[in-house]
This record gives sequence, structure tokens and C-alpha cells, in this order.
Amino acid sequence: MILKVENLRKEYETFLLDDISFELEEGYIMGFIGSNGAGKTTTLKGILGMIQTEAGDVEIFGKNFKENEIAIKQDIAFMTGSSDYYLRRKIRVITKVVKSFYPNWNDAVYENYLRKFKLDPEKKVMELSQGMRVKYSLALALSHEAKLIILDEPTSGLDPVARDDLLEIFQELVEDGQKSVLFSTHITSDLEKCADYITYINEGKIIKSTSKDELLDSFRLVNGSEEDLKTMKQDLISYKINSFGFLGLIDTAKLSRYPEINSEAPSLDDIMIYHAKREETHAEAAV
Amino acid sequence: MTGINISNKSDKPIYQQLFEQISSQILNGRLKSDFNLPAIRTAAKELRISVITVKKAWEELERMELIYSVAGKGCFISALSEDELQQKRNEIIKHQWIKDSHFYRDLGTTKEELSNLVKNNYSETGM
Repeated sequence: MILKVENLRKEYETFLLDDISFELEEGYIMGFIGSNGAGKTTTLKGILGMIQTEAGDVEIFGKNFKENEIAIKQDIAFMTGSSDYYLRRKIRVITKVVKSFYPNWNDAVYENYLRKFKLDPEKKVMELSQGMRVKYSLALALSHEAKLIILDEPTSGLDPVARDDLLEIFQELVEDGQKSVLFSTHITSDLEKCADYITYINEGKIIKSTSKDELLDSFRLVNGSEEDLKTMKQDLISYKINSFGFLGLIDTAKLSRYPEINSEAPSLDDIMIYHAKREETHAEAAV
Repeated sequence: MTGINISNKSDKPIYQQLFEQISSQILNGRLKSDFNLPAIRTAAKELRISVITVKKAWEELERMELIYSVAGKGCFISALSEDELQQKRNEIIKHQWIKDSHFYRDLGTTKEELSNLVKNNYSETGM
């Protein structure tokens, strides 16, 4: 395993990240999904020791992260959506500072990304659009031959062409079977294309961490009349009523209890929407 | 190869789309025996789908004995005689028909209606 997270816990006054566990093998791409505020960024920062966690163990490259933090970080690329560089500095100058931290920095790789992303090293950060800033952060993150690439919302702010380019870069990175990419996103179509594994977090808890196909397979979208709804309500994750009857999400394991009901495969969006709706319903019931 | 077209909008799982397209290219003779299929990770990158998905499709092809794998070299199209090709083709057609027949049974379609449907609406050239 290139990354193993066990029982990570972080307490805030109004939010609890609880019992976060998942693992990722060498050579694969894992998408990390969840709605805004589900705990994605907190988890990623917790893994990399950027925030204090109350409990949990992280193993990276087979070694305990806390005990080997400095050595391990040389082989990790990390990028967060909100990278605030000095706005009035030129790209060239910022890069010079960043590269001095990495003995494995590879100028050829970096130059290649600059060309690919059409970044001009003489431009100041303030002169770059949001999308170009994301691309610059990526060029910085990917140029020291990291083996584990952890990116927080790398595709946000990118247009469809740039997103597709980025997914291709991810697949090139893992092609040799040695490196892995973990990236959070809420643009699920990106994951439907290239992710091997998906970890789904909701309200600070992991709902599932498994291969994408298995995740999609473990839920079914069902539809039926309001009569049907009465008999199966308690088994649905949540449902929506419309003028034809209802639409709902169910655990595939429970589907066999209702042999007559219509069902189809959900999309990742469907899975997220119905889980979020359940939380809403519970919150309302509590008021 | 004559090309592979993967759709994210299709109801069919992606590994199934890949399996069906490659198996039909083998069975209609467009993919010749001993042709070396691309490496799993390369195919995944090129088709912009996940490594696991390609693995699953290749496994399915191997289970059907349409391809064979050589350690370190990848997967190759099996050398099949005309008879064997015919037999595998029949197997796949039957398998697909069993799946599709549920749809017609649910609608209460009779055997006779089905055979008329085929007679009047099925063309071998797809025209």
C-alpha cells in the first residue's frame, strides 16, 4: 500500500471528522468525493500532518508518517485549491524558491508543464486567471518526481479541455504502476472517466471506499408508485416524490426484497444527492 | 483494430462495452490471431477509462478464451479455428438473447410475435 489511513479523527466545535480509514495501492487513481463541508480538505490536511488530529495512524510508502515525515514529504506532491502565492512576484521567482526545497526537482519536467499549460514564467501571479493559477500550482506540485500525488480540488476552475488534459496527466503518472494519485473533487464526471477507486465522505464519515464499479454497483435507483413507496420507505436511503410516484436510492443488497420494483444503475451524482438528502431529512426530524 | 468507442452515457457498464466491442472484432475476423492487445495501463490512458475497468474486460475476454496472456508481454488474440469461432459466436449470441428476452417477457410478448418481429424488422446488413 502506498497510503494507509487508519481511524483518523479530528474534532472541531461544530464538526467532527470521525474514524476515517482507507487505503490506496501503487499504480492507481483514487477520487475523493463528498459535498461541500463533508470533510475532504480536513482529511487531506490531517493525513499530511498539516492540522493536529486527535487520533489515527497514517502510513505512506509503508512507513509511519509521523516518524518519517520529512523523508516521506520529499516523495509527495500536494496541491490545495487555495494556493496563495505572492501576487506581485513573477512565476520564475516563486519557482526558484519552491524548487530549493526539493533535491529531486526536475527542471525538464517543470519546463514541460509550463509549455503544456502555456504558462509564461515572466508573468506575475496577479496577472494569471483563476484557471491559470491552478495550472501553475500543478506544475509546481508535479515537478519533483513525487510518488504519491495528493491534490485538493485540482480541477476546480479549469475548463473542460484543461480538465481532460489533467486527467490524461494523472493516467500518464500512474501508467508505470509505481505512483498513485489521490484527488478530491465534486466534479464527478472527471471520476467517471479515470478513477479506479473512490472514497466517499459525507458529514465527516466515510460512506464507502472501494473500486468505482463496486461503489456504483452497491446502490440502485428505484422508482415506483406512492403505494410502492409505503412498503419500501424504511429501506430507502432517501427519496423524492414527483407527480408520477417516487424516485429513491436503495442499497443493492436490499433490492431483492422488492422483486417487482423498477431499478437502474445510479451515477455518482445520484449517490451523493440521495445521501445528502437523507442528512437533510434527519436534521429536519431533529428540529 | 477498427476503433473502440466508449460512452459514459450508456446504460451498459464500461467494461462490458469494451468487452463487447473487442469480442465482436475478434469474432468477425477483424482482429487476427496473435495480435498483441495494448497493455492494460496504456489502454486505460488512451480510452480515458480506469485501469480496473480494462482489467475486468481483459479478464472476461480471457475467460471466454478469446485472448491469452503471456507473462511480461501482455495479451494476445487466441488462434481459433473457424469452428471454434463459430461456437464462441453462438455462445455470445445466446447469452445476449437470454438477457434481452426478459424485456420481451415482461411485456407478455409471444413467441409468434417475436418471430414475426424478426421476420419483418431485422436486416442482416443493418439497413
